[in-house]
Amino acid sequence: MKPFAYVRAGSVEEATDAFAAHPGARYLGGGTNLVDLMKLGVEAPAALVDVTRLPLDAVEELPDGSLQVGATVRNSDLAAHPVVRDRYPALSQALLAGASGQLRNAATTGGNLLQRTRCPYFQDRSKPCNKREPGSGCGALEGVHRDHAVLGHSDQCIATNPSDMAVALAALDARVELTGPDGSRSVPAADFHRLPGMHPERDTEILPGELITGVLLPAATAGLPSAYRKARDRASYAFALASVAVVLDVGDGVVERAGIAFGALAHRPWRARRAEDALIGAAPTTAAFEHALDLELAAAEPLRDNAFKVPLARRIALDVLSRLAPPATT
Amino acid sequence: MDSRHDRAPDSRTPEPERSQTTLRVNGKPHTLMVDHRRVLLDLLREDLGLTGAKKGCDHGQCGACTVLVDGRRMNGCLLLAVALDGSEITTVEGLAGDGEDLHPLQQAFLDRDAFQCGYCTPGQICSAAGVLAEAAAGHPSHVTDPAAPSGEPVALGREEIRERMSGNLCRCGAYPRIVDAVEDVIP
Repeated sequence: MKPFAYVRAGSVEEATDAFAAHPGARYLGGGTNLVDLMKLGVEAPAALVDVTRLPLDAVEELPDGSLQVGATVRNSDLAAHPVVRDRYPALSQALLAGASGQLRNAATTGGNLLQRTRCPYFQDRSKPCNKREPGSGCGALEGVHRDHAVLGHSDQCIATNPSDMAVALAALDARVELTGPDGSRSVPAADFHRLPGMHPERDTEILPGELITGVLLPAATAGLPSAYRKARDRASYAFALASVAVVLDVGDGVVERAGIAFGALAHRPWRARRAEDALIGAAPTTAAFEHALDLELAAAEPLRDNAFKVPLARRIALDVLSRLAPPATT
Repeated sequence: MDSRHDRAPDSRTPEPERSQTTLRVNGKPHTLMVDHRRVLLDLLREDLGLTGAKKGCDHGQCGACTVLVDGRRMNGCLLLAVALDGSEITTVEGLAGDGEDLHPLQQAFLDRDAFQCGYCTPGQICSAAGVLAEAAAGHPSHVTDPAAPSGEPVALGREEIRERMSGNLCRCGAYPRIVDAVEDVIP
């Protein structure tokens, strides 16, 4: 690991100032991914700006019924928070499906959103990777890519986003709150991560120096039936082969609101807008769910060794939709 | 020779790559000048001689380095020591406190023969201590019924123990007896 400077920030302003003052800096959250990447030599920051002690560790109910989650709230605390468990169950379930107890105790909300792909070619400096080293090629295209993308990939990069939490945030219409040198803004969680296109080195829409200060869970999805399901090679402590977060609101026998996001299928949580559009106004029947999912997954372009992901994703999504629909309607 | 070593030490000037850090480890304060690259696991083992926490994978995948940081179990191999300034660390050496008696988890691991080579055992025991505290505090797990009431202690059956201990690998495969040992200590 290369030597680096260390700055502990006491306020958001101190953090963004320190970042600006240290070219080549990275913000340090729980460090569960960044420190590992530094050990692997994939990341070699000149400085770490430690943001774990910023006053962003609260989960607060706002007067309009939304829920404000600070960026430094640890994953285990967010998953256990009574309001999250009761009103946004998909988020609690997604967090608990990720990593291990030890890692969830350290990992932060902001850091979870900024974790990098676990593509083995990205993590191995002896291999080509357009994400790690633009222009060097992609070792996974013709290599070991069973875990890789089936939607939205490019010939530059077929990596997937590894987060479970981000999938739930996308389905729940959460927003990611950012502060940078030019002020504050917020971005829909579903649009925060990018597709690789010609620039796989950019995972997200975050701008240089911007800091994630929190996540806003909207009143609109509070209390709606929601759930997360993850398919993986082991029963626990493994990244997803496919996962899905679903928010489903049924009234008067028809779907009034649907939020469906897939994980482990793409370079970002894959918000299934086509499926959602097909479901709005339809009776929540198995046939309607199947039709909607088929419309969405028709866009899939599996690689040589990961075609299994498409029917797997369809099956777990159908299961979650059926479970969330009121009894006797399917 | 690195040119930094040629300069006279000047305690007033912060060093760009090292910082003074104070940790309370098993109840005792330690103030050290640490290289920013120093992770907690190496600090415990190399600087303090506390070799209970083990280096398995060194990438946060095996759990052999699990210790308690301010009472919460974490992977010591992924925590930069400098970022922990002011924290309270408990390792397997300090789990039982000052007395002669072993911690109930240590005794249960012995009674149940919950290991073969023993390399992962300190991490397993520290992790189990975290599991018991988390369940008592009402933290759910992946296998907890989502309809279970929030904030109330979670009852730990074998399925809960297996899920919550999944971040600790045992290459000897002593898992069934590890679950037995943890089950013995459930209040």
